[in-house]
Amino acid sequence: MGRYVTRRLLQMIPVFIGSTLLIFLMVNVMGDPIAGLCGERACDPATAAQLKREFGLDKPLWQQYATYMGNLFTGDFGTAFNGQKVTELMGTAFPVTIRLTIVAILFEIVIGVTLGVLTGLRRGRPVDTGVLLGTLVVISVPTFVTGLLLQLLLGVQWGWIRPSVSAYATFGELIVPGLVLASVSLAYVTRLTRTSIAENKRADYVRTAIAKGLPRHRVVVRHLLRNSLIPVVTFIGADIGALMGGAIVTERIFNIHGVGFQLYQGILRQNTQTVVGFVTVLVLVFLVANLLVDLLYAVLDPRIRYA
Amino acid sequence: MRGITRARWAACVIAAGLLATACGGGRGVGGAGVLTSSWGDPQNPLEPANTNEVQGGKVLDMIFRGLKKYDPKTGKAQNWLAASIDTKDSQTFTVKVKDGWTFSNGEKVTARSFVDAWNYGASLRNNQKNAYFFGYIEGYDKVHPDSGPQTADTLSGLKVTGPRTFTVRLNQKFSSFPATLGYAAFAPLPRSFFTDHAAWLKKPVGNGPYLIDSYTRGSAMNLKKWGAYPGPDPARNAGVTLLVYTDNNTAYTDVLAGNLDLVDDVPSTQLKNVATDLNGRYINTPAGILQTLAFPYYDPKWNTAGARKVRTGLSMAINRKQITETIFRSTRTPATDWTSPVLGAAGGYQAGLCGHACDYDPAQAKKLIQEGGGFPGGRLTITYNADTGSHKQWVDAVCNSVNNALGNDKACVGNPVGTFADFRNQIGRHKMTGPFRAGWQMDYPLIQDFLQPLYYTGASSNDGRWSNKRFDHLVDRANAETDTARAIALFQQAEGVVRDNMAAIPLWYQNGSAGYTARLSHVALNPFSVPVYNEIKVG
Repeated sequence: MGRYVTRRLLQMIPVFIGSTLLIFLMVNVMGDPIAGLCGERACDPATAAQLKREFGLDKPLWQQYATYMGNLFTGDFGTAFNGQKVTELMGTAFPVTIRLTIVAILFEIVIGVTLGVLTGLRRGRPVDTGVLLGTLVVISVPTFVTGLLLQLLLGVQWGWIRPSVSAYATFGELIVPGLVLASVSLAYVTRLTRTSIAENKRADYVRTAIAKGLPRHRVVVRHLLRNSLIPVVTFIGADIGALMGGAIVTERIFNIHGVGFQLYQGILRQNTQTVVGFVTVLVLVFLVANLLVDLLYAVLDPRIRYA
Repeated sequence: MRGITRARWAACVIAAGLLATACGGGRGVGGAGVLTSSWGDPQNPLEPANTNEVQGGKVLDMIFRGLKKYDPKTGKAQNWLAASIDTKDSQTFTVKVKDGWTFSNGEKVTARSFVDAWNYGASLRNNQKNAYFFGYIEGYDKVHPDSGPQTADTLSGLKVTGPRTFTVRLNQKFSSFPATLGYAAFAPLPRSFFTDHAAWLKKPVGNGPYLIDSYTRGSAMNLKKWGAYPGPDPARNAGVTLLVYTDNNTAYTDVLAGNLDLVDDVPSTQLKNVATDLNGRYINTPAGILQTLAFPYYDPKWNTAGARKVRTGLSMAINRKQITETIFRSTRTPATDWTSPVLGAAGGYQAGLCGHACDYDPAQAKKLIQEGGGFPGGRLTITYNADTGSHKQWVDAVCNSVNNALGNDKACVGNPVGTFADFRNQIGRHKMTGPFRAGWQMDYPLIQDFLQPLYYTGASSNDGRWSNKRFDHLVDRANAETDTARAIALFQQAEGVVRDNMAAIPLWYQNGSAGYTARLSHVALNPFSVPVYNEIKVG
């Protein structure tokens, strides 16, 4: 197990360097960020030159990248154009997005798995057909439609929630945005669980468990569900990173000042330091989440062992 | 049982994560007499000489008062902290600062507060994006050279002559110089700005009717009324909370739900419902913003006598009335000159100056374009940035209008550029081959500001590199003229030169828009399309 983890950690290094280099190149291809800083009029050449020097934009790209990576190891993510440290921006943005992601993941686990088990056990019955149709609708409607619709109905028409989330973004405020963010993945989790449960229902070990006279809930939870969860766990694990990075739409609709907001502003203002910094952290989140998923396999199925 | 212990461990990690992130709580919004208003994250650190966009400018307008202030209704520059600004030759000005003004930290506003602030703003070392505002002051070329290191720290044209008097010597005659001093870049700064700059940026201190109570960058700023404000325009509410919105649609929805009191930019998609949604609590008033199509005169194909005819024809091929009514729902007004109605007739605005060249006349348009030899390169591309401001819709509409007039669906196409930064970058590197979107928001309500920065040879915003000796000469004469009325008449003559050459095609004047809840009254927008916050009454 220990060797396996070490090998996985070592594999992360090239992935990390490659992905940051790619994003670094992509942001720089977009042109000169200083040009947009002065608004509709051109920056005067002296100030523009000095700003470039200050942000290190006058150096060749490879050198900028090398300096950036060098600074990264000392925890220095650089400075955004508005004079704030990127680490400071991360300090305010990541906790908010992490809370949003937790809410979304909880929805996926609680609602998605429950519905999946219910429909998987009652395949072909009206409940199953109903939920399947429901998930089809959820998958086919884009997130921004669901988001705007819920915002309008719950926030303006019925007044149950505030249409926008305050700067503190507490868990209570994030329930509706979390549900919106989770909606599509939730439908997939339901379908994955359903298929898996339906398949394993006829497996020998389930029949044995029933024949042993175990109570029904114990058969379902301890035997059937545990073995059926492997594909679901894989999906949810990979989804953590996707949710954090993909929250741009949801965060914009509900005015949540998280990672999506900072990335959006960073791209719009072509702020290399912000964009590269946030994407770097997101890459790390993806890698760690994937590692955790692989380790969780061993928990769910003791037959899977890593040498 | 190993499985169970591991599962439990995993559960603990998740629970710990929940606890760790569950910090914070409670609402930071307002209180009695405090209004909440939508805001955008300022692009630059909040310093007077470094703020060049509306969102940061909004705050400066609340926490600073300068020598002059522009009347929120008429736009006229009035003495505010200035007791008098005198000149004999339009080149040397003597400024007397009124007694009794202080910063909100108690420090007196003196002549030095201005001179130090202006020297700071002009100095190349401080990277201030509005430094060129000090470009008229003598010694600017030493403090802020175009290239190479600066050779002086202070402007030689500024001299403190007494505790509350100083003189300004300009490097050229500029009679309307005093009227420019209402711009935020000329605001006075307290000592703490220079002694502890980082702390000042975290919580700026000024001398306006509001003081900053707390500021969380990127999300909110709480401003409260400064009780001891000595000026004649104190706040009529207890305070203003500015909340950052990424999307003005969300801000608008919040106003509908009663969670936000004021949104100062109604999204274009909501314009058709706004009158009924807000029951008349909607403002749509002219602002000092003009949108034009600019041309690349560095491309020789656009700099010929024939091309002049083509430009005039192009102007006549655009159905401004229809576009402003259908796309902008009358939040724009078809332009008939190169300034803005907010100047007023006395300030130099001249309705109809453009004449027939700005009227929609497809037959004449086609004739002129053909006479001029058709579009250079055979096809017209209009370049714009696609990321903000919904420019795509109107560029497509303009092209449609042109194509209809010419009876050719391929004559004109839009050329979107992904980001504003890249758009500015391409303009700066003179890469345009056809007309491109240009928007001009005035810095101060003067006809000079609509002409000189845009069309004077080598001027800061003359992106198309247009150059005309007669225009330059008229502007120089107007700037040297001490009598305001005669100066304005000369500027209008210069504007005539712009018209005769169709240096840029005026499209429409832009309005400012705002919507508010029933809690508020006396809401108005000033000519810069910023709400006049201190006049708003709550409850």
